[in-house]
Amino acid sequence: MTNPNPASGSPDLASATEARPAQVAAGGVDRAATATATAGQPQPTKPQPDRPALGRLFLENLWAANTVTVTLLAVLLAMLVGAVLIIVSDPEVLATYGYVTARPSDALTSSWAVVSEAYANLFKGAVFDPEASGFTAALSPISETLTYTAPLVFTGLSVALAFRGGLFNIGAQGQATVGVILAALAGFLLPLPPVLHLLVALLAGAAGGALWGFVPGILKARTGAHEVINTIMLNYVAVYFLAWIIVQNGVQSPNRADAISRPVDSSAQLPRLLGDNLRVHAGILLAVLATWFVAWLLNRSTFGFELRAVGANPDAARTAGISVARTYVLMMAIAGLLAGLGGSQMVLGSTADALTPQVVAQIGFDGILVALLGRVKPWGVLLAALLFGALQAGGNRMQSYSGISLELVTVLQALIVIFIAAPALVKAIFQLRAARAARLQTSLAKGW
Amino acid sequence: MEPGEIHALLGENGAGKSTLMNVLYGLYHPDEGEILVDGAPLRLKGPSDAIAAGIGMVHQHFMLVPVFTVAENVMLGAEQVRGGIAGFLDRRRARREVAEVSQRYNLRVDPDAVIEDLPVGIQQRVEIVKALTRDVDLLILDEPTAVLTPQETEELLAVMRSLKAAGKSIVFITHKLGEVKAIADRITVIRRGRTVGTASPTASRDELASLMVGRSVRLTVDKQPAAAGRPILEVAGLVVDDDRQVRAVDGVDLTVHAGEVLGVAGVQGNGQTELIEAIMGLRPVLAGTVTLDGEQVNGWSTKKVLRAGVGYVPEDRSVDGLVKEFSVAENLVLDIYDRPPFGRGLSLQPDAIASSARERIAQFDVRTPSADAPVGTLSGGNQQKVIVARELSRPLKLFIAAQPTRGVDVGSIEFIHSRVIRERDVGTAVLVVSSELDEVIGLADRIAVMYRGRVIGIVGPDTPREEIGLLMAGITPDAAPAAESAVGAASPAPKAQRRAPDAATPAPVGPGSEDET
Repeated sequence: MTNPNPASGSPDLASATEARPAQVAAGGVDRAATATATAGQPQPTKPQPDRPALGRLFLENLWAANTVTVTLLAVLLAMLVGAVLIIVSDPEVLATYGYVTARPSDALTSSWAVVSEAYANLFKGAVFDPEASGFTAALSPISETLTYTAPLVFTGLSVALAFRGGLFNIGAQGQATVGVILAALAGFLLPLPPVLHLLVALLAGAAGGALWGFVPGILKARTGAHEVINTIMLNYVAVYFLAWIIVQNGVQSPNRADAISRPVDSSAQLPRLLGDNLRVHAGILLAVLATWFVAWLLNRSTFGFELRAVGANPDAARTAGISVARTYVLMMAIAGLLAGLGGSQMVLGSTADALTPQVVAQIGFDGILVALLGRVKPWGVLLAALLFGALQAGGNRMQSYSGISLELVTVLQALIVIFIAAPALVKAIFQLRAARAARLQTSLAKGW
Repeated sequence: MEPGEIHALLGENGAGKSTLMNVLYGLYHPDEGEILVDGAPLRLKGPSDAIAAGIGMVHQHFMLVPVFTVAENVMLGAEQVRGGIAGFLDRRRARREVAEVSQRYNLRVDPDAVIEDLPVGIQQRVEIVKALTRDVDLLILDEPTAVLTPQETEELLAVMRSLKAAGKSIVFITHKLGEVKAIADRITVIRRGRTVGTASPTASRDELASLMVGRSVRLTVDKQPAAAGRPILEVAGLVVDDDRQVRAVDGVDLTVHAGEVLGVAGVQGNGQTELIEAIMGLRPVLAGTVTLDGEQVNGWSTKKVLRAGVGYVPEDRSVDGLVKEFSVAENLVLDIYDRPPFGRGLSLQPDAIASSARERIAQFDVRTPSADAPVGTLSGGNQQKVIVARELSRPLKLFIAAQPTRGVDVGSIEFIHSRVIRERDVGTAVLVVSSELDEVIGLADRIAVMYRGRVIGIVGPDTPREEIGLLMAGITPDAAPAAESAVGAASPAPKAQRRAPDAATPAPVGPGSEDET
């Protein structure tokens, strides 16, 4: 989030840069605070800097409509709406509202109880469970969060990269699907030694995704066919191709009647980082690496320069001798490659080891949300994926302990993105001042 | 403002003229201060309030719907309906209004013509008619002459005089001093958001210009006679279509020599844009050849043409010249980002880009808060300087500048012109395309006039502007001796080295025909 990015301005008050790290750090605390449903002040008490002038600036800037503040407030708003949904969906709590005028305390205490318990479980499942005993149990929530995060980083980067180049890649889902198919096939069809096998499987997944991105890219470049339509259609093709290939001879698991493929050889599995009992695997390291790579590609490479120029003004790029067509094709292929890598992790990681029709879940579509939430900047995407991963992991626990449907997490994710996409809404609700040079709309409004 | 007065508002780009007028028209809201109309303060919530208060505006970029007819455009925003609840649009009434207004103020327009078929000058007239049908007393014209031919400008000035005679007040925004002197009753000069002076039209051009930029400027371009060398750019029989697959360049032959400036004059839309784009490899060449220093370059990619030593300042800087979201530094390397020292292998060299940007900014006097500021936040003149700095900071064989000073303030014009001449003096072939006749005359060593996709004549810079103006309207002196004598130019023939480009085919337009399509 601190990388220089001309496409969308960030508040650049001199003090803002100083204030930012503190703010981000404070933001972490804040997120935790809201997660435990204390639902209090959106900004935490912050350390008073030495000079009062700086402190004032810091305070003012904190309440200005900058990216971090709006994101945090959007999360808070989403959780408030989520709380209402939790109350409404619980019949016992709802019953207390039948006599709310007679005994308001009943309704309030029962609401508070159910909401705080749900969000507490969300937090315990995603970050840390204070009652957990032992190393494995204590690390388990983080491990789960990172497991869900890793593929989302890849699909998020895929969407973000194309977005910066002026294309809207709805096809991350299809690219991930083709990626997972090829990775799985390489994983159980090729008899290879351990390290090599994993590399080949990852490469196969990447190649599959790249191919699935290349097709809409070349169609866009050569014929002007709209990438949104083509990527959506290719999503369908990929999904049904997956459903078909699972039940083919040699692919389908020999001793199963339902649609499930043979398992991937252990030699092609991503190594687990914290022992066999914790699911976190090397995918998260790859995700960080990929984030760094995309950040470099966008901001420090000649291709990234072309990509951003084409994304911001294709006419000027063409006039300056940049081949817009080549940029589109290459950009979509790289976007597909990233999504394909993300998809590969769904069988090479720890979530599953065999193809099923639902093996990629929704990581491609979630990737769109992650990219938007991360303001289409690489490190922002990583943070957004972390938040989504945490919500997924916590949602599982919330479902099993509090009996709150996992779909609530989906609703929360959607609400967060809606509040982010409509920064004016958040600004109006919280009466934020307009931050100097903080043009929130630009990053999201472009290309729609 | 007084009734029946033409008040000129003069100022550099970014001086705040347009902002002031947008406040008057209710598009922006004042932070402080107030507007008085007939002595009463006026608070405008939007353009409709402004219209109600009798203020009309003709924008620099026309606010017309291209596929609607004149009458439909005029009634837009004030549609009259009949037939009660059925609500049919009363087109007949709109047509009548248009006819009536154009009659009253002698503004000839056909109410049933479709806007996109009309030449720019007529479109502007439609804008004026549109304002007048709203019964305005004060008409704001924002740089109305920027897109007009000299003849059309004359007509516009005549229209303004008749409006004045009818008691309307006009605010006339421009940075062309000649027009101001010709028409204004009072002149207010604005600089950096402040009124710096009021002048009468009798003030000399130099006085006005120095008021505008705050120092004295030279309006004529100082230059030595050209020392033309070998031919660098040769265009032969070039045929190019425009975006609508309509023939735009129809057999053009041109030669530009090293160390000379060839000016291409012509009313916009006569093929100049397409000619340049074809040379740059941005538009397919259908027939003919483009030769750069002995090498045939048609069919080359734009990048290859640029690499071969061509500098190009595109006509529309905000669309083709700059990426507004990019920083000044990034825009300064927009077409050389992958060349050492700015890019090595696959990676950019931010330090080299930043240090070169600092140099260019100083060298070309680009006024920017920093090299990292988005270029879109700069004023028009400074944006143009960024493009010129980018294109002139590498060794060139050919420098092509299309409308290099459009929408640029006087100070920047002077600077850009001197840079162009300096580039010529080091032996670069220069091709300048401009619809600004003064600019072409000032810069060029030879002037090619384009009309309807052909070079209708090549003349020397000493040719009287009236004659060039007639050429721009499609009237060749050979074909129309009557027109020439009417102009009464003092012996143009011996001065100008004149040759018809395609002697076999005479100029497409007969004598006396006006540029009206």
